[in-house]
Amino acid sequence: MKTEQPINIRIAGLGGMGILKSSHILAKVLFRAGYDVKLAEVHGMSQRGGSVTSDIRFGKKILSPMIPNAEVDFLLILAPEEIELHRPSLRPGGILLNALAFDTVALPNRKSLNIALLGTLSGYLDIPIESWQLTILDSFPQKLHAINVESFTTGRNLAQGGAR
Amino acid sequence: MAERQLLSGNEAVALGALHAACARGTGYPGTPSTEILENYDAIGGHAEWAPNEKVAAEVALGVAFAGARAMVTMKHVGLNVASDVLFTAAYSGVQGALVFVVADDPGLASSQDEQDTRRYGMAAGVPVIEPADSQESYDYIRLAFTVSARWKMPVILRMTTRVSHTTAIVQPADVIESPITPHFVRDIPGRVMIPGHARIKHKALRAKLAEIQAWCETEGPNVLYPGSSGVGIVSSGVASMHAREACPDAALLKLGMTYPLPFKLILDFLHGQSSRYVIEENDPVLVEQIRAAGGDVPWNPEPYRMGELTVDRVRRLLKGDATPEATPPKGRSPRLCHACPHGYVFDILKKHDCIVSGDIGCYTLAALPPLAAMDSQICMGASIGIGLGLRHVLPESEARRVVSVIGDSTFIHSGLTGVAEMVFNPPPTGHVLIVLDNLTTAMTGQQEHPATGRRLDHTPTTRIMIEDVVRAMGIKNVTVLDPVRQTAELEATLLAALKTNELTVIVGRQPCLLAAGRIRSYEQKG
Repeated sequence: MKTEQPINIRIAGLGGMGILKSSHILAKVLFRAGYDVKLAEVHGMSQRGGSVTSDIRFGKKILSPMIPNAEVDFLLILAPEEIELHRPSLRPGGILLNALAFDTVALPNRKSLNIALLGTLSGYLDIPIESWQLTILDSFPQKLHAINVESFTTGRNLAQGGAR
Repeated sequence: MAERQLLSGNEAVALGALHAACARGTGYPGTPSTEILENYDAIGGHAEWAPNEKVAAEVALGVAFAGARAMVTMKHVGLNVASDVLFTAAYSGVQGALVFVVADDPGLASSQDEQDTRRYGMAAGVPVIEPADSQESYDYIRLAFTVSARWKMPVILRMTTRVSHTTAIVQPADVIESPITPHFVRDIPGRVMIPGHARIKHKALRAKLAEIQAWCETEGPNVLYPGSSGVGIVSSGVASMHAREACPDAALLKLGMTYPLPFKLILDFLHGQSSRYVIEENDPVLVEQIRAAGGDVPWNPEPYRMGELTVDRVRRLLKGDATPEATPPKGRSPRLCHACPHGYVFDILKKHDCIVSGDIGCYTLAALPPLAAMDSQICMGASIGIGLGLRHVLPESEARRVVSVIGDSTFIHSGLTGVAEMVFNPPPTGHVLIVLDNLTTAMTGQQEHPATGRRLDHTPTTRIMIEDVVRAMGIKNVTVLDPVRQTAELEATLLAALKTNELTVIVGRQPCLLAAGRIRSYEQKG
């Protein structure tokens, strides 16, 4: 992937949706793939159901941790009601991946929507699928492995189907 | 070679402190600093929550007086509480090392103000070191301990939200410092700050600062990024990252020590530039000092001292754009969890149109719509004093509606002296204090405190019973009720209390919903 300029990913939704969890998994995958990575999150009040946003930037060298206006390359939205709030942050040609894409697709557990969206994102990034799977296994206790790997795969299949 | 890791700024501080042979970390929870001690404990450091930041700083100072190394962590407003220690410790100095790790909140993600900790360095005469990312957080906590140990004085490590809560790559050093054996060395003139001793220490402090300034000129943590456009920027902290991205062709002098400032280095840098800027978040601390030293840098337009800086805001600043900035669209505000015990109490207070003098914690969210049931919140523990002040002067019919509301952790932090005031100077109509005891320090992520009966690492210890303390201080009407299961009784007790001229304390006790499960498991283990 061309990374002279940072590639910018924003994950957004409401508290309790696993945004921070999926952000950390994403950051780890990118770190292990050898990129410079910064993940910016603001938390403390997010548990109380408020809006949560995290910015993940990766490339050769990342300076500011926060994505400048209208420079988001991939926008992952877990709460459909937050889409319009975040849409202006997308770069022209940037890709919106949203929870609505999973309404008609069976997910083992709605709580793993955050991982399913990571799966869809993975279809756009040139990182071996094994790296994603390894990091997901690292990030959850044994009993949650199957559910999350399955959700990830479901999401990745959507990307390969060309979903927007 | 030590392994590279992804760490938040807070995690990096914890690791760096461990590698710097820090003997004890103390503090009080406060966003964005809270995770430093939690991580320090998790990686094997001795970490404790103290009742408040002043006590935390005093414990850390004791460790440093014994010849060992200590760090005390807090958010920016926490330094207000610990500042009494800071100012005099600057005079006394330390035998080991002492670092105040203070995390500011530009833009107020979760605070009552956006004060700038760098000013404390200037006011107290304490060096301030500012990391700009996780790597520097690791490197500069170690540097802070080195500076503190070398000049035997406290040092402030100043973080901000975007350094504390940004996760980035850290390459830890291979060499870690050996543990230091503490030993008491008597030094009465050095540690008893009566005027005769303190006068001498004041002179010694200014001499130390002059030495540190000279050191900073040539060996300080300052980085010069050469440029090609003739634009020269002086910056510090995460703002320097935004500036480097916004203006890649500019020459940039990134200051790692922002008090005392290396004026020769700065003025030499500025002299060679055709246009000059200072990019800093919040107060114009660098601009003021550089101009006072004769540097030709402009004042930044007033709006840029409020809120956090971003690449976009820096781009505007560099263009000299002082037009009004667009207000970003608001997301969903945080709110009390559904069925939070606090909701039951505030419903009652709202129903009876009480004047609620409130405090800092999850329950502060009751001030927002739809509840809108809290009338003031200023600083930790203020609920009690402000409530009493209202009662002293309001006409009787209004005074009778005043209720102070405080949380359990906040009560231990700064409520005890408020209760002392309640019994010492009771208003003519008496007063009512409700302690919302959800058995945790909730808003910051459910930490322990002296009234939970467990230490930072959740091991059992003596539990302070709030109702016992309050009775011991002379309050006769003390009731403990469950706000969820005894709502009607709580309401009746409150109404009866508001009618009397006596002092009443109601403790509404029910565990925080998010903490309840873990509290049960700790109790079973203990």
